[in-house]
Amino acid sequence: MRLVDRLPRSWLVFFAVIGPGFVTAMVDNDAGGIYTYSQAGARFGYTMLWTLPPIALLLVVTQEMNARMGAVTGKGLSDLIREEFGLRTTFVVMILLVLGNFTNVIAEFAGVASALELFHISKFVSVPLAALAVWLLVVKGTYASVEKIFLGACVVYIAYIVAAVLISPDWEASALASVKPVLLLDAAYLTLLVGLVGTSVAPWMQFYLQAAVVEKGITVKDYKESRVEVIVGCIVMVVVAFFIIVACAAAIYRTGPRDINNAAEAAKALRPFGEYAYLLFSAGLLNASLFAASILPLSTAYSVCEGLGFESGVNKRFREAPIFYWLYTGLIVGGAAVVLMPDFPLIKMILFSQVVNGVLLPVILVFMIKLVNKTDLMGEWVNPRAYNVIAWIAVTVLVGLTFVMAGFTVRDMYFAG
Amino acid sequence: MADSLLFLTELMGMKVYDLKGRKIGRLRDACIVPSGDPVLVDRYLVGGELTWWTVRQDQVERISIDGIYLRDEQLVPYHEDEYMLRMVRDLLDQQIIDIHGRKVVRVNDVTFELKRANSHDQLWVLEVDVGLRSIFRRLCQGIMPPRLVRRMMMRIPPNSIRWEFCNIVEPDPQRRLRLNIDMTALEGIHPADLADIVEELSHEDREAVFEAIDSEVAADTLSEVEDPRTQASILESLEADRAADIVEEMDPDEAADVLGELEDEKSEAILDEMEAEPKTEVEELLEFDEKSAGGMMNSEFVAVADTGTVADAMAAVREQIENIDTLTNIFLVDANGRLAGALPVGRLLLAEAPTLLRDLAKDEEVVSVIVTERRDRVTEIVDKYNLMALPVVDERGALVGAITADDIISVLRQE
Repeated sequence: MRLVDRLPRSWLVFFAVIGPGFVTAMVDNDAGGIYTYSQAGARFGYTMLWTLPPIALLLVVTQEMNARMGAVTGKGLSDLIREEFGLRTTFVVMILLVLGNFTNVIAEFAGVASALELFHISKFVSVPLAALAVWLLVVKGTYASVEKIFLGACVVYIAYIVAAVLISPDWEASALASVKPVLLLDAAYLTLLVGLVGTSVAPWMQFYLQAAVVEKGITVKDYKESRVEVIVGCIVMVVVAFFIIVACAAAIYRTGPRDINNAAEAAKALRPFGEYAYLLFSAGLLNASLFAASILPLSTAYSVCEGLGFESGVNKRFREAPIFYWLYTGLIVGGAAVVLMPDFPLIKMILFSQVVNGVLLPVILVFMIKLVNKTDLMGEWVNPRAYNVIAWIAVTVLVGLTFVMAGFTVRDMYFAG
Repeated sequence: MADSLLFLTELMGMKVYDLKGRKIGRLRDACIVPSGDPVLVDRYLVGGELTWWTVRQDQVERISIDGIYLRDEQLVPYHEDEYMLRMVRDLLDQQIIDIHGRKVVRVNDVTFELKRANSHDQLWVLEVDVGLRSIFRRLCQGIMPPRLVRRMMMRIPPNSIRWEFCNIVEPDPQRRLRLNIDMTALEGIHPADLADIVEELSHEDREAVFEAIDSEVAADTLSEVEDPRTQASILESLEADRAADIVEEMDPDEAADVLGELEDEKSEAILDEMEAEPKTEVEELLEFDEKSAGGMMNSEFVAVADTGTVADAMAAVREQIENIDTLTNIFLVDANGRLAGALPVGRLLLAEAPTLLRDLAKDEEVVSVIVTERRDRVTEIVDKYNLMALPVVDERGALVGAITADDIISVLRQE
């Protein structure tokens, strides 16, 4: 009895070393992530792999900036934007954040729907139940204990690594493709490129990670360990992305390049696990979707309320923090409701949400760069020059890509029509 | 809305005219000098074409929603004045503590009262605005005519905090002194509420609060802070002698818990600064494993020789007067200091003064644990026997401490 008592404790010790950085990285591989990476592999084979090293670099740089700002100032990103740029700017940023995150919440519920459709569970059953479960999880304060289950279930991602090995892809080609940039001037390619960046370095992550660092009470003193943890998390996340793309390239692109139209097709990448590969795929997708669906609406509600100065917190009662609860509930209910619309294009929506992330990211990045370079805020912890260079390049490239992508999309609409 | 009110958002960017009615610039900030008058707007900062000007309040003739008219043009260029609290820079969009509502709020706007005194217009700080109405006002100002904004916002319920209930948190102690910001008002807030407030602040601001308030209140508040890591980081941020003052006021068991969270170097520095008596008590407790009965127990308890009478016990209780609020039991010890019995304080009240304690405790079964007992076993025992206080003994059976119900509750909450 005593021994059994102790068993779960040693598990907890394992999770105790996992901090905000790692959690953020794991949530980053959400429904949008899994589909965008799968799509990249299925449609363009190995040719998009080269984006991963720069994405990893950008991810490390941005996440490190957030963690540093959180540790040094003890304030969240939306607090800082408010204090340094005033109410009107904050208001605009918050509206963008809510809109962007709303499309992501929709994507998470679409992920739940398509994961369970593999078992012929109607989305009209799965999505409302998932929405209710997520809502209760946070409002009843049980999220903290469930987070460990979510995190543990992320082990499923190892399946992609194993699958990619079993499927015997062309390692030489994939290694080469990882360092050889290929740019196709094609609306689909560019859109997916923006989506890849947007899903990997999502705007919501910037707010979530910084808030989590503050919440954990990490200060400059224990910031060094935190930084290691943030970087490890980013690398693990990108490695998983690499193997998803490779597995999909080998399983789908090789037999015929195409768009992924449903969950069953994306599950093909896990075919080496046999006929029941879709079990593994849906477990991973369901976990990722629920994990992100629990975090996104909550993180959004916190960011908005803190930035605009409304009361927030799950330990407050509804009457004390009405805007917080309405926003939180609205995002969940609205997100689920959109997915339930008849003939709703689940996969398209998921990919679209990641493109929205990619378009929003430079806006958030500009604020981050400005904040992290303020000496009165950061003291000796202002950005090193290399960070600024990387971040500004990312902003320029993303803005450029967005315009080119928009241009091509408009052109295609004209000429196709 | 009475015409005698003016909002900071309306003031911002307002045109300022000289004696001949020529525009000299726009209003950039309104300042009070708290060491002089904590309510009166004493200086106006006007952004001219090349530089900012400082306008003394007695140089202003008239202020209205349409502009500010001066009656004296001898202006001096603005230079940083450390004694001024600048409303736009230091207050707007920042967090302050609402003492009345006991929470942290963010300032959306400031309401001034417009009064005519000594035949010129003055502004007095009335309220700090939070909530939707002030957000609406800020967002619309400059986009719509101010009078229209005023009319439209009436539909939204106001949410404001009277200026005297606003407590600004200033991390820099020198500036705090110059701006006459004192934190004594926070001391009136219940420590549990103050702990909630402190948890919402950034670490710099937390430090400011703990530096400024009375050490007894600080100790109570620190005990109420829920997360042990936050407690530790607060103590860590303070100077060792200030931290020691606070730790001395804490219950020894809680003090030991917090110090146990710190790095050895820092906790020793704090212990070095402490008075001898509380120091030894805390040091003894620090020896024990945090997850054992020794780590949970408090070394402050009332022990009386079992040969004594009720009168002796009452005298002993009176000596421990500072702990009277939480005292539930007294313990009886034999000549060797070994635990011999326990008595609820209530029993003493009903007994005659000359009654022998030994007789009174005869039919009370005494439950105790050894210092090394595991934490979960301790909570189990307290629950099983419905105890308010559980005596802790060493290997010889000598009484060394007591675990009270509130210790158990904190442990359970943390798990």
